Amino acid sequence: MSRVLKFISARWMVTYAVAYMIFLYAPVVLLPVFALNDATIIAFPLSGFTTNWFVVLWHTEALHGAIRNSLFVAVTAAILSTVLGSFAARASARYSFPAKRSIMGFIMLPLVLPEIIVAVALLVVMMRLGMSLSLWTVVAGHILICTPFAIAIMSSAFQGLDQSLEEASLDLGETRVGTFLRITLPLVMPGVISSLLICFTISLDEFIIAFFLTGTDVTLPVYIWSQLRFPTKLPSIMALGTILLVLSIGLLIIAEWFRRRASKKQGLEASPTGGFV
Amino acid sequence: MVNKEGRQGLTLISPTLLYALLMLAAPLAMVVTFSFWTQDYLEVNTTLTLNNYREAWSQPLYRVLIARSLSISLIVTFVTVILAFPIAYYLSFKVTRRKSLWLFLITVPFWTSYLLRVFLWKVILGYNGVLNTAFLELGFITEPLTFLLYNANAVVLTLAHAWAPFAILPIFVALEKIDRSLLEAAEDLGDGPLRRFFRITLPLAMPGVIAAILIVMIPTVGDFITPKLVGGTDGLMIANMIQIQFGKANNAPLGAALAVTSMVIVAAISIVIFLTGKRLGGRVK
Repeated sequence: MSRVLKFISARWMVTYAVAYMIFLYAPVVLLPVFALNDATIIAFPLSGFTTNWFVVLWHTEALHGAIRNSLFVAVTAAILSTVLGSFAARASARYSFPAKRSIMGFIMLPLVLPEIIVAVALLVVMMRLGMSLSLWTVVAGHILICTPFAIAIMSSAFQGLDQSLEEASLDLGETRVGTFLRITLPLVMPGVISSLLICFTISLDEFIIAFFLTGTDVTLPVYIWSQLRFPTKLPSIMALGTILLVLSIGLLIIAEWFRRRASKKQGLEASPTGGFV
Repeated sequence: MVNKEGRQGLTLISPTLLYALLMLAAPLAMVVTFSFWTQDYLEVNTTLTLNNYREAWSQPLYRVLIARSLSISLIVTFVTVILAFPIAYYLSFKVTRRKSLWLFLITVPFWTSYLLRVFLWKVILGYNGVLNTAFLELGFITEPLTFLLYNANAVVLTLAHAWAPFAILPIFVALEKIDRSLLEAAEDLGDGPLRRFFRITLPLAMPGVIAAILIVMIPTVGDFITPKLVGGTDGLMIANMIQIQFGKANNAPLGAALAVTSMVIVAAISIVIFLTGKRLGGRVK
């Protein structure tokens, strides 16, 4: 009896897991399907194969501007959040200092704060200071939400760092700066790259903050949002989404590879959850 | 008295802390202040007043929107966590090889454009959508179902999809931490699988479940893309109204009052959930 129960429950679990994965991937799988479908209406049945929608993208001038803006925002936000995240991660991994828990909790707050609150708060300040909205205001918002992710990644990089290596370097007459550049940085480099890539991906995809804080220069998600209203533009947006999907997955795989290499370098098992929890 | 190490730590963290203070704490304080001011056409009147809160709490429209946001967010949280728990359990207890690959696969859809994911749910659930077409072809239905899209159910489904990894990961971590010998002990002492689950596994997984609940609940209250794309008129939430007040309606102080009100309510609910979870959770001494 109990063996039958066990068999059923094991089968049930696998079936459920597979069904769940189908649920997770259902929308994602449809993206390339409609991007390559030769019809202006986004619906089944499919009518034929075409790569035309990708060609349309190539000739859309407004899109190219949005891509340039998004790249600028994402690269700047990724670099600055990784720098800020590294400071905080290093401080939290290496030192104990007063109010450590509340300071770290406060810096990690944007992780749980609804994005609309972050966006509204920054918007109010810009309005009061009479500053005009620009790509820099979007960068400022994106740094806030990317920094917690950078801290999570950099914390695991610094935690695995063997302190005696740094001490040895100092004992052997290397300066603090020299030690940082020659010992610390190379050891945590995979973490830095992984953090840069994750922050880049988050910023590239972020919509709500960009929507509130962008001026006349729109970022890619804001551009996509404005196009979703026009039914004739949808197939090319699907094509754009497909490109973004492939790009994100590529970046994630590289980030994951660097993260694992970082752990291996330090002789540790890579945490399967990516150090986020 | 702060010692040398403490000073070094504080110096090191000061750039990040300063940034968070300037760009997060100060703006949040500004929003609170703003909510006590009023908008006079193009100018902002800085006389302190409770008028915005009076309007936010008494107008039926705002009350309906806030109540709906909270109920949708609570339903989303419940559905997401219930759906996520078996997956986390399966990964932690049944999968022995390639756990990280499974986790990676679970997080991949989350990294694709949120806007497009929501939009694609519209494509799946629509009148001529993927589900209706498939059901018609298979002969389950004779005409397209209309209750799939443009209502609160669609919002719940779409959000439960969007937040899935955030619910799975904390529960998985909590389950991984459970000492397997406790389960064997329960079995040896005569607990069946069900009793063992409810007396050992679930209480010990409680911290992860609570984390998952909070991580899903708090941000979903503030979502406005999903309600706007798949929610129809009876799926609109408070964030849509906040966005309108800051945009078209040009009444930022009222928008700020609505934002502060919803955040205070959400914070209160979170504290209750956290404390209840602490009570229900098991402890290994």
